[in-house]
Amino acid sequence: MDPILVPKPEGLFCPAGGFFIDPVRPVARALVTHGHADHARAGHGAVMATAQTLDIMALRYGAEFTQSRQPYDGPVRIGDVTVSFHPAGHVLGSAQIAVTGAQGRIVVSGDYSRVPNPACAPFEPVPCDIFVTEATFGLPVFRHPDPLGEIAKLLASVRAQPDRAHLIGAYALGKAQRVIMLLRQAGYDGPIHIHGALQKLCDYHIAQGVALGDLRPATLERGRKPDFAGAIVLAPPSAFAATWSQRFPDPVICFASGWMQVRARARQRGVELPLLISDHVDWPDLTRTITELDPAQVWVTHGREDAVMRWCSLNGRAAHPLRLIGYEDEAE
Amino acid sequence: MTGGLAAFARLLEQLAFTPQRSGKERVLADWFATQPDPERGLALAALTGDLDLRQVRPSLLRGLVSGRVDAELFALSYDFVGDLAETIALIWPVDGSENPSLADVVGQLRDTSKARLGDVIVALLDNLGPSQRYACLKLATGGLRVGVSARLARTAFSKWANLPLTEVEEIWHGLTPPYLDLFAWAQGGAKPETAAYAPFRPVMLATAWDAVTMAARSPADFAAEWKWDGIRVQAVSDRGTRRLYSRTGEDISNAFPDVLALLEFDGVLDGELLVRRDGIVAPFGDLQQRLNRKTVSAAMLRSHPAGLRVYDVLVWQGQDMRNQPYDARRAVLDAATPALPAQIDHSPRLDFTTWDDLAALRANPSDPVIEGVMIKRRASPYIAGRAKGHWFKWKRDPFVIDAVLLYAQRGHGKRSGYYSDFTFGVWDGDVLVPVGKAYFGFTDAELKALDRFVRDNTTDRFGPVRAVKPLKVVEVAFEGLNRSPRHKSGVAMRFPRISRIRDDKPAAQADTLETLQDLLPK
Repeated sequence: MDPILVPKPEGLFCPAGGFFIDPVRPVARALVTHGHADHARAGHGAVMATAQTLDIMALRYGAEFTQSRQPYDGPVRIGDVTVSFHPAGHVLGSAQIAVTGAQGRIVVSGDYSRVPNPACAPFEPVPCDIFVTEATFGLPVFRHPDPLGEIAKLLASVRAQPDRAHLIGAYALGKAQRVIMLLRQAGYDGPIHIHGALQKLCDYHIAQGVALGDLRPATLERGRKPDFAGAIVLAPPSAFAATWSQRFPDPVICFASGWMQVRARARQRGVELPLLISDHVDWPDLTRTITELDPAQVWVTHGREDAVMRWCSLNGRAAHPLRLIGYEDEAE
Repeated sequence: MTGGLAAFARLLEQLAFTPQRSGKERVLADWFATQPDPERGLALAALTGDLDLRQVRPSLLRGLVSGRVDAELFALSYDFVGDLAETIALIWPVDGSENPSLADVVGQLRDTSKARLGDVIVALLDNLGPSQRYACLKLATGGLRVGVSARLARTAFSKWANLPLTEVEEIWHGLTPPYLDLFAWAQGGAKPETAAYAPFRPVMLATAWDAVTMAARSPADFAAEWKWDGIRVQAVSDRGTRRLYSRTGEDISNAFPDVLALLEFDGVLDGELLVRRDGIVAPFGDLQQRLNRKTVSAAMLRSHPAGLRVYDVLVWQGQDMRNQPYDARRAVLDAATPALPAQIDHSPRLDFTTWDDLAALRANPSDPVIEGVMIKRRASPYIAGRAKGHWFKWKRDPFVIDAVLLYAQRGHGKRSGYYSDFTFGVWDGDVLVPVGKAYFGFTDAELKALDRFVRDNTTDRFGPVRAVKPLKVVEVAFEGLNRSPRHKSGVAMRFPRISRIRDDKPAAQADTLETLQDLLPK
């Protein structure tokens, strides 16, 4: 009997259902965990995902990103397996995908987080025989602190340097809105300026009921002297390399990412204020999740597979590295 | 603001991530203003390298962590993080929430016996959170690596305290951490009396000489001497205590035992530190081999013997000479040097009547290790700092070459968002080899043009660095050239800067490596 899922160059393939999960190349039928570009690509024949993930893909790639959109709406039989989606706690619309067949159940978690995030439902532990985990922060040095503590650092810096703009690098889907929500949670109710590349996804979050407060474009109004002194500005990290960032007076460069735990990473990026805010599991949450689910096997993908494999072996757990190619293991 | 080790950990973070000097000074001023004694003084001592703690070696720390963490997981983590103290701080499996004072931690790291040091560090690590652990381990291993020199720390202190830096430097070597007397002085108390032997005296600095300066002055009022290409030092011998200081007051005695042995006098001499073999002054590159070392090997002492060429005297046989005019000080100095060991001599005075005479001398110096002339007002006392109108430096014209831009990196602070750090190269046959890096010399308008060029001509990216099409020629000015096995081109420039953008010149006409090599000291 075939295994439920097998790794192929395109991604994880289900022979009994004829579909791929998060394929990195165009395929006939794809199931997609969440809207980040390395998991959700354009050009598949049919895509099944949560309604929010499908909306996000349409926002990013245009309405024609696939021939057939299939919004997930409860457990569904595909070929000889049953597929169900469960919250992953990663970004708006993110889901784990459980595939159940005669051989048992396998859960592909995609990217996931155990830290509460107002934009999405919390991670749901799904009992399974095989658990597929990401390993983005799969080293015991990664222990993410309370994100509100990081926001407090940011606000203290804004107060201490009212003549400078705080320019925060944050990826467009998930991290940007997370930072905004954390700022609101911390009581910051002033305007937050956003780069044009964040506009569509912020608007979509608001339409989905995520309160982001007063957002304004970080653009120069004609005929007015530009003044971003004291402002908080969010932009995708790529904007820092562009002439776009030259409009800000002596900006404080901040970057919201789990990578900011490593000082050299922050310095290489020229970051003056690292903000340790992640939407992935850190090491304690990753290992706790495996312990809680107690699957017969752990499959490890994108990131630091070696360390997670070592932990599994030290704890007497069967584990395999998937070595899938094409997933970003450093973008966050 | 919180205190204790947590606040110190935050200070280290801020200093490490704040790119500009002025920003670091602000961070330190805030620290001095908000922290109590002795915490603020201990942090200052940690930054100036004056905390005398037990040496904690990396092998000890590796041993401690191997008792707590699987060796393979540690190795994978260290490989990723790249810094031992940081890896241990992050991976240590137990978190505590204690926030001991800096004084408490410093006391433990200073007073614990070597045999118990491991246990004490483990107990500290168990009771601290990750960032405090990092601060604690950086204190223990020395070398904070936060981009703050001892001088910058003292400058920040004197700015915050509104006290002249020269006075702070003058008493510095007689002070001990946590500097209670220094902070008392900053807040209106008495200036600390220092009874220490062989203190540093802040040095007198020169301003640049130019045609306007020259036209306004009479040659008869000035003396001149060669400007030697070594490093400025102050040699002190005080009632048996001998020290050698850099111009910023760093004590470099340990690296120069050969020079200390020469100080057979009682006084304070100002001069140039040079490598000298049989009376011949070696190029700066030879001296560089001996700089930035804590100790020096016997082989190095033989192959690179150091000596002094002195040009001023601040104190002689108990008498402070600094208020006397230059001519009187020179008379004392010239009379004293013949009795000193041969590796100390005085810089001869140049014979000139008109500025044209001096210009001719400057254009044709008698030794390749001369980098220009110094012009000193005969009637001037020895004044600490860079006072105008007394001492002038008239450097040889810089070398210039035309080179091709190869790589660019984004700058920091006001330049963040601009490509402002440039690597340039010259032709070696039909390939361009990188020969240096420059990040200043250009105007704001030129910076904008260069930034635009980099963006429009990027061919590759390596993290923050961009490779550009080899099209843009820049004139690079520099002060000298040394052989360097570390650079692919085999040469290293001193003080390179972009002096002009040569849009008139095609890349094929840029200079060659041969041209550069011809400028190397023979």
